[in-house]
Amino acid sequence: MWPYILHRTAAALLTLAVASVLIFFFIHLIPGDPLYVLLGDVATPEQAERLRTKLGLDQPIVVQYLRWLANVAAGDLGNSIFFQMPVTRVIRDGAETSILLASITMIWITLIGVPIGVIAAMRRGSWLDQCLSGAAMLLASVPTFWVGLYLILIFAATLGWLPSSGYPSIFEDGGLANLRYLLLPSLALAAPNAALILRLTRASMLDVAREDYVRTARAKGIRPARVVFRHILRNALLAVVSAFGFTFAALISEAVVTETVFALPGIGQLVVQSILRRDYPVIQGIILVTVVLYLVINLLVDLSYRWLDPRIELQ
Amino acid sequence: MSALRDYLDPFLRRPIALAGLIVLILVCATALLAPLLAPYDPSKLAPEMRLLPPSGAHWFGTDQFGRDTFSRVIYGTQLALLIGIGVVSFALVTGVPAGIFSALFPRVGRIVMRMIDVLMSFPALLLALGLIVILGRGVSNAIIAIGVVYLTTTSRITYGLALRLRTETYVEAGISMGAGIGWTVRKHILPNLISPLLVQASFVFAFAQLAAASLDFLGLGAPPEIPSWGNMLAESRIFITRAPWLLLFPGLAIAITAFSLNLVGDALRDQLDPRFRDVVAGNRR
Repeated sequence: MWPYILHRTAAALLTLAVASVLIFFFIHLIPGDPLYVLLGDVATPEQAERLRTKLGLDQPIVVQYLRWLANVAAGDLGNSIFFQMPVTRVIRDGAETSILLASITMIWITLIGVPIGVIAAMRRGSWLDQCLSGAAMLLASVPTFWVGLYLILIFAATLGWLPSSGYPSIFEDGGLANLRYLLLPSLALAAPNAALILRLTRASMLDVAREDYVRTARAKGIRPARVVFRHILRNALLAVVSAFGFTFAALISEAVVTETVFALPGIGQLVVQSILRRDYPVIQGIILVTVVLYLVINLLVDLSYRWLDPRIELQ
Repeated sequence: MSALRDYLDPFLRRPIALAGLIVLILVCATALLAPLLAPYDPSKLAPEMRLLPPSGAHWFGTDQFGRDTFSRVIYGTQLALLIGIGVVSFALVTGVPAGIFSALFPRVGRIVMRMIDVLMSFPALLLALGLIVILGRGVSNAIIAIGVVYLTTTSRITYGLALRLRTETYVEAGISMGAGIGWTVRKHILPNLISPLLVQASFVFAFAQLAAASLDFLGLGAPPEIPSWGNMLAESRIFITRAPWLLLFPGLAIAITAFSLNLVGDALRDQLDPRFRDVVAGNRR
């Protein structure tokens, strides 16, 4: 087990190292003097020169990278041009919304995707299976922001059951009841991803159902329900667990649009606003944080996968 | 002709896949014949006809500037097709050579594939947005930005397939008898890649529609004067309570196009050699 953990962690760190170079160069690839990219157009020449020396932009590029890396390792992602405060704080302010939105969405995805996928697989080839699988593919083909807009129209504007936009923190007035602000966004965000998990659960159930040990279990006369849950589902869920890594990446991507539709003060909307405000340090910081998160989650998925299924050998 | 029969077979056996194929052909025809099919100029402003509900004169109603939504949806097929073809071509032209090269020259190839892994650690839309920030807004830049996202999956899939083909007995026999790299690629590898890459192309085409719509919706895709489906949704979103039909038709156009492509991709995949099927499975959004 230990060699496996070490190997996987080393691979993730290597990927992160190369990714950090790309993220560092992001600022330098934006047309214009990196100094003004980092400082905004409003800086006076004196301010600019002071910062040029402070940021070490007069140094060779390799030195600049290493300095940036040292700062990042120390938790300093630079300053936001628009907010005039550290990028880490700007990101932290949006984190509550994004983390809660992603968590609620993951609950929907699991509650909807897995059971319906199991049902579709158990009724393989029936009209029910065809309807469910077809509906899943349709759902995966629909833009999330479009679903979101119609959810607002129906449940907020017409029925008035739920708020249409914004999200006050659960630590403010209203407490946990404020989570209702995230209900519609999480449903819109969950729709295509639940559809993908449904299809994955179904396909993986059908794969496992072909295994010899399932036939053996059936031949021994074990009750069909027990075979489905104990023998097929438990093994089929391995593939579903491994999909959580890319589901997370998909959530980050789609949250950018969903948070914009529902005007949620999360990291997704922060990306879009920062692009429009030319607040490049914030964009750079968010990209870095999401890549780190993505690699950590994938590492955890890899390790748990190995823990769940000891047959997987270190390659 | 038997090759064509092979491709048509899955559609003849599955009515819903056939429907998807027909829709795609209709979308292509609509894009080509847009000037003939559209009853109005898609950009003509008519302030006195603002926000009209669907009627005989305006099948899909009119938008906040009095423009005919039906004509705009029809012209929207042109950009949808352009984006799809552009992204698929970009992904294939860059991803396929990278994948084949990496499989045939494992020493350098491992490094190339590591680089692809690095790109895959960026969430798809964030990667595209980062590239848009560097390149600037516009149709061709949107194609490149989305293309880079799918270059990763395409090269990964090509790599996986080429690695398997490389160890096939007939390929090894050819190489041991002195076949050159070029000959092996041309005669053994590329012909076997056509079917799986066709599957991959239809999925990439579908996802490109959704990604482009997202970029347009965020105001970072096609310029606002182009009647793309995403731009239509972006411009009309604040009128959703006053004119709910405005967003219905462009959204349906995106969903139906992407759905048809997914149906076609699915049908083609079921037709694939089972050994290749699992390689082509993974894609990202």
